[in-house]
Amino acid sequence: MTFINYASREINCKIVYYGPGLCGKTTNLQYIFDSTAPQAKGKLISLATETDRTLFFDFMPLELGSVRGFKTRFHLYTVPGQVFYDASRKLILKGVDGVVFVADSQEERMDANIESLYNLEENLQAQGYELMNLPYVLQLNKRDLPNVLPVEDLATELQRKGEPVLEAVASTGVGVFDTLKAVAKQVLTELRKS
Amino acid sequence: MHEQQYQQIKAVLAKLCLDASARVVFLVDKDGQQIAAHGDVGDIDTTSLASLAAGNVAATGGMAQLIGEKEFPTLSHEGERESIHICVIGRVLLVVVFDERSSLGLIKLRVKQISNEVAAIIEELTRESGKKRAEDNAFFAEITDDDIDSLFS
Repeated sequence: MTFINYASREINCKIVYYGPGLCGKTTNLQYIFDSTAPQAKGKLISLATETDRTLFFDFMPLELGSVRGFKTRFHLYTVPGQVFYDASRKLILKGVDGVVFVADSQEERMDANIESLYNLEENLQAQGYELMNLPYVLQLNKRDLPNVLPVEDLATELQRKGEPVLEAVASTGVGVFDTLKAVAKQVLTELRKS
Repeated sequence: MHEQQYQQIKAVLAKLCLDASARVVFLVDKDGQQIAAHGDVGDIDTTSLASLAAGNVAATGGMAQLIGEKEFPTLSHEGERESIHICVIGRVLLVVVFDERSSLGLIKLRVKQISNEVAAIIEELTRESGKKRAEDNAFFAEITDDDIDSLFS
């Protein structure tokens, strides 16, 4: 839920990066963190295992600038992608304003993408949300790898409601900010509509 | 949240900070957004602390439900020098950071004494925000596509 603080003139929104294990959610956040000016960001908190797999969540606050005198601050979260961390994923979706689904474009990860997308819809419902009514972007990551499926095939399987579909290579930053922009824009537009 | 409510909350946090000899006191919502803080914030990354406190409460709340409890209303973490006490009050969390100048017993007592006051302010805040929504919405309706685009230019 967007938190508007009129006293400090701040709009705070929560965006969650969702997707199967090793699809590049943390890499998206890491790239945003590395490429943002120090004054616009806070620390990147990563609750990870010893082997750098996300255990609970990654978090970074990002200030984008002002809209009509209100500072806009986005709280970016990732969820742990591994199937058995489902309880944690459910918790992180609490109060979400926008979701980025990071799909792994590799052919052999298609089933994992589909399973994770179903899981997202289920977990959103458990928190009282409907994917259909939520600002939402589909990112097709790892487009630089040799064994990727065509964009059309991925979109046919994974696109849910005509949401923006963005191609990305999170490790080099391709499409990372475009994805963030697409979801942030929807969140702010939603605020205007409400 | 508007200026008057913010000042009310700040006053309650200031009182708690003083009475409990705490280092710093935060009010955070369950989604991890910081509402207000009072005390010696120093170099504490308050945004991250708010998000982690909410994550902490969410995780222990999940554990509580697994064993048949609704939630764990208080959490305490004691360190060598600095400690944290978190109290769940409805949909907000009162987070108290304290050191050897205070004790967990005193913190728990003072938090308990003030929690009704915090609950009343939050209840009023929720009611007020319902009433003021119409005028606030009018303000946000004026946001143009150009305003939004300018954030990314």
